[in-house]
Amino acid sequence: MTQTEPGGQSFERDLDKSDKSVAAFEARKRGPLGTIQHVLHGNPTMVPVIVLLISVAVFGLIAGGKFFSAFNLTLIMQQVSIIGILAAAQSLIILTAGIDLSVAAIMVLMSVIAGNLAVYHGVPAPLALLVAFVGGACAGLMNGFLVTKVKLPPFITTLGTWSIFFALNLWLSGAQSIRSQDIDSNAALLKFFGNTITVGNARLTYGSVLMVLVFLVLWYMLNKTAWGRHVYAVGDDKEAAELAGIRTDRTLLSIYALAGLVCAIAAWASIGRVGSISPQAFYEANLHSITAVVIGGISLFGGRGSIMGALFGALIVGVFQSGLRLADVDVLWQVFAIGWLIIIAVAIDQWIRKVSA
Amino acid sequence: MKREPILTARGLVKRYGRVTALDHCDFDLYPGEILAVIGDNGAGKSSLIKALSGAVQIDEGEIRLNDKPVHFKSPLEAQDAGIATVYQTLALSPALSIVDNMFVGRELRKPGVAGKWLRMLDKPAMRSFAREKLNDLGLMTIQNIDQPVETLSGGQRQGVAVARAAAFGSKVIIMDEPTAALGVKESRQVLKLIQELKSNGVPIILISHNMPHVFEVADRIHVHRLGKRLCVIDPKKHSMSDAVAYMTGAKLPDDLGEAA
Repeated sequence: MTQTEPGGQSFERDLDKSDKSVAAFEARKRGPLGTIQHVLHGNPTMVPVIVLLISVAVFGLIAGGKFFSAFNLTLIMQQVSIIGILAAAQSLIILTAGIDLSVAAIMVLMSVIAGNLAVYHGVPAPLALLVAFVGGACAGLMNGFLVTKVKLPPFITTLGTWSIFFALNLWLSGAQSIRSQDIDSNAALLKFFGNTITVGNARLTYGSVLMVLVFLVLWYMLNKTAWGRHVYAVGDDKEAAELAGIRTDRTLLSIYALAGLVCAIAAWASIGRVGSISPQAFYEANLHSITAVVIGGISLFGGRGSIMGALFGALIVGVFQSGLRLADVDVLWQVFAIGWLIIIAVAIDQWIRKVSA
Repeated sequence: MKREPILTARGLVKRYGRVTALDHCDFDLYPGEILAVIGDNGAGKSSLIKALSGAVQIDEGEIRLNDKPVHFKSPLEAQDAGIATVYQTLALSPALSIVDNMFVGRELRKPGVAGKWLRMLDKPAMRSFAREKLNDLGLMTIQNIDQPVETLSGGQRQGVAVARAAAFGSKVIIMDEPTAALGVKESRQVLKLIQELKSNGVPIILISHNMPHVFEVADRIHVHRLGKRLCVIDPKKHSMSDAVAYMTGAKLPDDLGEAA
């Protein structure tokens, strides 16, 4: 330690006299807008919650009592339940900075598999569902394998598997639907989530309850377990996560497998929701699930956002559709409105991100 | 008195295709010392450090920790064995909190059913442990331990990364260019941090291009050239210009391996 004095290098002699506060900036005055931006940065789920509350209020005013009836509110829940569960699966993938175009294809394929086994091949319904769950996880695992081991971008991977799963589903089903009465007589369990809890005018389906449960369980896993922290770390910066000691490929595989399993759960719920099993159903649900996630404030760049946002995102879409329908607005304007919602949601996300702590 | 090295490497070879990054390289680290590793760009410093920290697997040679041969297949295995690395990029997740970052990969779970079956994290325990570790390193200018790392200054981030490395019973800490991205004041903090670690008895391998910093804190300097150890010099007996001359090949050391 040659030219060192107690206070450090000679050129640092006067450092002791310097301002000791490290990077303490003057508490710069933020305008009201800046304050909002700051708060939202800390609580990204607030945006969809606020949008949901505002849209409920606005449509309540426009459509009046029809909108606010218990019947309508539970109907909205029922209508978004399948997209909601798919959005939960989608959120998992988007949190890792990926995207999954195959969620709906996995769901429909698994509903066809479970239906075929239970209705046409005499397999007991619980076993048929178990096969579907395992199948869903395997389908997700296949996506995960292609992303982590073959190192394909998630977009391309799932674009490919979307087609593959859709073709398999047409082949297995012979492009034929399984009729509702056949399911009723052979495997009523498949339609379990079509049951309703009726309180007055409210008709809450088991499927709506399932959707909320799926979100609660995933929220717990993401926020209260080490695995969940790893999901965020991997999505935030995969390389850093790897160096910090996370087995990132294993984490990614588990995420994709779990997403596939959630799709299979959505498959069961969808049979109850639709009544029959149609290989052609839910063709656009992939994109709708992404819509819900994006409106829910989960960043497409990964690592940011709460899964609960996707639930609110799905509900916002449902509220818009219901409200506009009750206000006698043409369907095309519903689609138009959802388009603007997506764009505005992403714009807000970008704006919030610009906040400098 | 002959001290036993805590970490040694003999005859390390690492090839990338036709490029030989490490060419029968040796390395020794003694307990409680700060060993600086210097060398020109492309001399193989990073490969050496990556080999020691488990980030790459060597083709030939042997690494011994506490006189036992070790073969790390990943940074995680090296960490488990007690070799923690603070990377130049810090390997922090910006959106996660300080606590989450410190415990990434080795989170504490609640005791009993909540931890075992529901795998619930013990956040209060993690918080108090993290606060204690940051305190030990004199880093309690950080008030909110739940704030995301991206809201911290460069020096504070470095502090979090160092605290993470120091927190888990590490036997050796490797620091890769810890001051490269920092200003004068923050560099000073980090150098203090390094000395703090040393006074806690943890040996440190310091990779740096900053000669004043190296000469200030290092006990010995390992000069790396052309994929191997050229010499180990004593910063008290050599000048900075000697060191630079050795590592660039402008001058050959006449007392090869004197301090090794």
